[in-house]
Amino acid sequence: MLILTCPVCSVTAEETEFHGGGEAHLTRFGPGASEEEFENYLFMRENPRGVHFERWRHVYGCGKWFHAARCTTTLEVFGTYPAQTLEPPKTLRAQISKKRPGWFWRGFE
Amino acid sequence: MSEPVAALNGAIFAGGIADVWEVPLQGMITLRGDLANARLTKAVASVLSGKVPQPGRTTITADRGAAWMSPDEILILCAYDEASSTLAALEKALDGFHALVVNVSDARASFRVSGPPAREVMGKLCPVDLSPAAFTSGMFRRTRMAQVPAAFWLCDDDTFQVICFRSHAQYVFDLLSVASQGGSGVGVY
Repeated sequence: MLILTCPVCSVTAEETEFHGGGEAHLTRFGPGASEEEFENYLFMRENPRGVHFERWRHVYGCGKWFHAARCTTTLEVFGTYPAQTLEPPKTLRAQISKKRPGWFWRGFE
Repeated sequence: MSEPVAALNGAIFAGGIADVWEVPLQGMITLRGDLANARLTKAVASVLSGKVPQPGRTTITADRGAAWMSPDEILILCAYDEASSTLAALEKALDGFHALVVNVSDARASFRVSGPPAREVMGKLCPVDLSPAAFTSGMFRRTRMAQVPAAFWLCDDDTFQVICFRSHAQYVFDLLSVASQGGSGVGVY
């Protein structure tokens, strides 16, 4: 079970108070995009063993979306950060590197 | 004119480790907007003669005050028959400002859980640390109660007030009654 801290209302709760929203930091492609770009956006997801970045919503609490970084094998939560972020923050990436040297996720390491 | 009644008509559960009863109808107003904006804090101060609560906290004493719901939402409690006049006063004070004020009095049900094991009763149903050190008077928590959303705060050391959607009233009352059945004390807090 994950213990997440909502960066919006600072409440720490277990995962049943939240709802997962899939992979984080997707770039959206719509009308005008090539078929390959659209396919990648719609279907192609990371399925890592280890460090992963996800969107979560504090559905039973403040109702806001946020991002979370966690390990898919140990369920360790490295940190949570606001939804208004286009890529994993540098400080968080440095923290993850200390715990999981050599991690790689969608071009971030 | 129809007579407004509470969802369960004042249901009571007594004889268990904690007493559970439905609170009579209460005026509730949702206010959404930029909570840090001076215009909004001024409107709240003038209409409610109180401050906008800090995140995760409430200023409710007896059945009046405000509670922090989310970064852009507070819940205002008042007497049931004062809800429409409070609403009108808030709307007037916020005229032209980007905010939402709605009377939600009839959309909610409200319960009280009272007795020394009240923290345990709530702890059985919500994924929240309710130890006396972690959950103190003045805190307001929106969370999950078994399968439905709910929010609660402490009226005094041994009494919680719980609010939920009116359509969940029977479910929440049944939950609280089962959780406070006699002999079901756990003794963790």
